[in-house]
Amino acid sequence: MLETVLFLIFAAICVGGAINLLAQKHPISSALSLIVVMGSLAMVYLLLGAEFVAAVQIIIYAGAIMVLFVFVIMLLNAGEEERSATGSRVAMVLGVPGLLAAAVTTGWVLTRHGPASTPVVLGEFHGSAHAIGRLLFHEFLLPFEVTSVLILVAIMGAVVLARRGE
Amino acid sequence: MPQNYVPIFIFLLIAFLIGAGTVLVASLIRPNNPDKVKLMPYECGIDPVDSARKRYTVRFYIVAILFVVFDVETVFLFPWAVQFKLLGLFGFVEMMVFLGILIVGYIWIWKKGALEWI
Amino acid sequence: MPMNAGTFILVAVVKIVIAVFVLLTACAYTVWLERKVVGHIQNRWGPTRVGPFGLLQPLADGLKFILKEDLTPPYVNRTIYILAPMLALTMALTSIALIPVGPVIHAFGISTPIQITGVVNSATGRGADINIGLLIILGITSLGVYGIALAGWSSNSKYSLLGALRASAQMVSYEIALGLSLVGVLILSGTFSLHAIVEMQQGTWFGFIPKWNIFRGQIFAFFIYLMAAFAETNRVPFDLPEAESELVAGYHTEYSAMKFAMFFVAEYANMITVACLASILFLGGWSGPVFGPAILQALLPVFWFALRIVFFMFVYIWVRGTLPRFRYDQLMGFGWKFLFPLALANILITALVVAWRA
Repeated sequence: MLETVLFLIFAAICVGGAINLLAQKHPISSALSLIVVMGSLAMVYLLLGAEFVAAVQIIIYAGAIMVLFVFVIMLLNAGEEERSATGSRVAMVLGVPGLLAAAVTTGWVLTRHGPASTPVVLGEFHGSAHAIGRLLFHEFLLPFEVTSVLILVAIMGAVVLARRGE
Repeated sequence: MPQNYVPIFIFLLIAFLIGAGTVLVASLIRPNNPDKVKLMPYECGIDPVDSARKRYTVRFYIVAILFVVFDVETVFLFPWAVQFKLLGLFGFVEMMVFLGILIVGYIWIWKKGALEWI
Repeated sequence: MPMNAGTFILVAVVKIVIAVFVLLTACAYTVWLERKVVGHIQNRWGPTRVGPFGLLQPLADGLKFILKEDLTPPYVNRTIYILAPMLALTMALTSIALIPVGPVIHAFGISTPIQITGVVNSATGRGADINIGLLIILGITSLGVYGIALAGWSSNSKYSLLGALRASAQMVSYEIALGLSLVGVLILSGTFSLHAIVEMQQGTWFGFIPKWNIFRGQIFAFFIYLMAAFAETNRVPFDLPEAESELVAGYHTEYSAMKFAMFFVAEYANMITVACLASILFLGGWSGPVFGPAILQALLPVFWFALRIVFFMFVYIWVRGTLPRFRYDQLMGFGWKFLFPLALANILITALVVAWRA
C-alpha cells in the first residue's frame, strides 16, 4: 500500500520532470529538470529494494554527471534556445505519426507480453551493497576489471580533447 | 523496508517549507523601496563593465570531468570495502588490478599537466 | 513492541521537529561562538551588548535578517535566483536526518533510537538504521553543490559567477578525497549503517584506549577527511569562493536579507553535519562513560556526542582565527596531488593489514 502510493508519487515527479525537460527553453532549466528525473528515478530504485543502486544513482548521476552538465552550461554561457516556426512544423508533421507508431508498438507489446510476465513486487527485492559486492567481485569480475580500462580511456579522452587548443 | 526512508521525505518537505516560509514571512513585514543604484550588479561602486555572462576558462571543465571519472572509481570501491572481510586476499588482488590501471591514468594526467592550475 | 504506521509517522515528525529546532539553534550559537572566539584570538571582546556575554546576539541577528530589505536585482534569472538558497538550505538540513545521535531511548512506552531514520530491531531490541545511511549522506552532500552553482549563475554578476565556479570546482575536487577517506573505515566496519559503525567502536583496549577507528590505524584517513571537510564547507583556509579581498562575497554577493541568511545557515549546518560524521566514523560516536540513574544514562551519550561536535566547531573557528587563505592553484594541487594519492595509499595499507590478519 505505502509502496504503491510512494511509487505513484515518484513516478509522477519523474514523468513531470522529463516533460518539463523538453518544454523548457533555457538549458539550465532543462538540466535542473533532468536532476529531478534522476532523483525520482533513484527513489523508484529504492522502492524496488535496490538500495545501493539508488544511492549510486544520486551520487553519480544527480551529483556528478549533472554537475558536469551545469558546469558546461555555465562555462559556455549557453543562452535560451531559439525556436523557429519551420522547425516546429517539421516536428508536427513527423512527430504525430511517430508518436502514434510508438503508442501502437507499446500497446502491442503490452497486450502480447504484459500478463505473461511476473509482476515485480515492490519492496521485496533485496539489492543491498553486500549483494552487489558479491556479484561484482565474483561472477562479474571480468566486466568489472574491464570497466577500469573504460574509465582510463575516458580520462585520456577528456584531457586530450580539453587541452587540444593550448 | 521503504517505510524506513519515509522520515527522510518528510524531513525534505519540512526543511523546504522552513526556507520558503521564512522568505514568505519576511516578504510580508520587511520594507521594500528599491532604486536604480541599489539594484545594480555589485562592482565596488563603479558602473558595471560588460556582461557577466562570458566564457570562462576550460580548467573548470577539466576538473569537473576528472571528478566524474574518479567519483565512479570511488563508488566501485564502496561495495568492495564493505565486502572486503569476506573477499580476503583475492579481493585485494582484484582491486589492485582495477586501481593499478586507474593509477596509470592518474600518473598520465599528472605528467600531461592536467592537474596544474595556472 | 512493533509500532503501527500512525505511531511511526508521529514519532518521526516529533523527532524531525526537535532535530530541526536543535540544528538551527546550534547554527545560530556556532555563529556566536565564532565571533566570540575569533574576537578573543584577535584581542577583541566579540559581541557583548545584547544580553549577558552577547548571548542574545543570534536572536538579534535573526530578527535583523527578517526585517531587512530584500533586493532582487532586475538582471537575475528570477526563478533560479529564489530557488537556489532554498535548495542549499534544504540539502544542508536534510543530511542531519541520517545522523544517529545516541542509542535507543524509552519514553512514553515507545522505544526509539535518537536518530530520525532509526528504528528498533524488534528481534534484538537494539537500534538499527537504514543500510546505506552513509551513502545517502554523500548523495545529499553532492546535491548541495547545485545551491551554490545556481546562485552564482543566476545572479548575473561577475563576482558571483566566479565565486560559484570556484566553489563548485573545489567542492567536487575534495569530494573525491572525502569519499576515498571513508573507504578505510568501511573496510574495518563492513557496513554503511552509521548506527552499526558506532556500535562497533564501543569498548576499550586494556581499559583505557577506546576502540575508536582513529586508533585502529585510520589516523591518516581522519586527517584527510578533516581537510576535505574544511574544503567541502568552504571554510578557512579553503574559503577561496568567498575570498573577500578578490571576490567581495563570492556566490552570494547579490543576495540580501533572508536569502543571504539561508546560505549562511546552510554553511553552518554543513559544518555541523561533517563534524557529526567525523565523530561517528572516527571518534566513536556517542561512546563514553555512562553511569548514574536511568535519566542520566539516557542523556549522557547525547552529551558525549555533543561534546565532540563542540570540539570540532572550536577547531573550525581556531583554524579560521589562525591560518591565512590558500591560493587557488595551491588548493587544487593540495586536493588532487596530495590528498588523493594519500587516500589511495591509506586504502591499500588498511586492506593489506586486514587481509593479513584474516
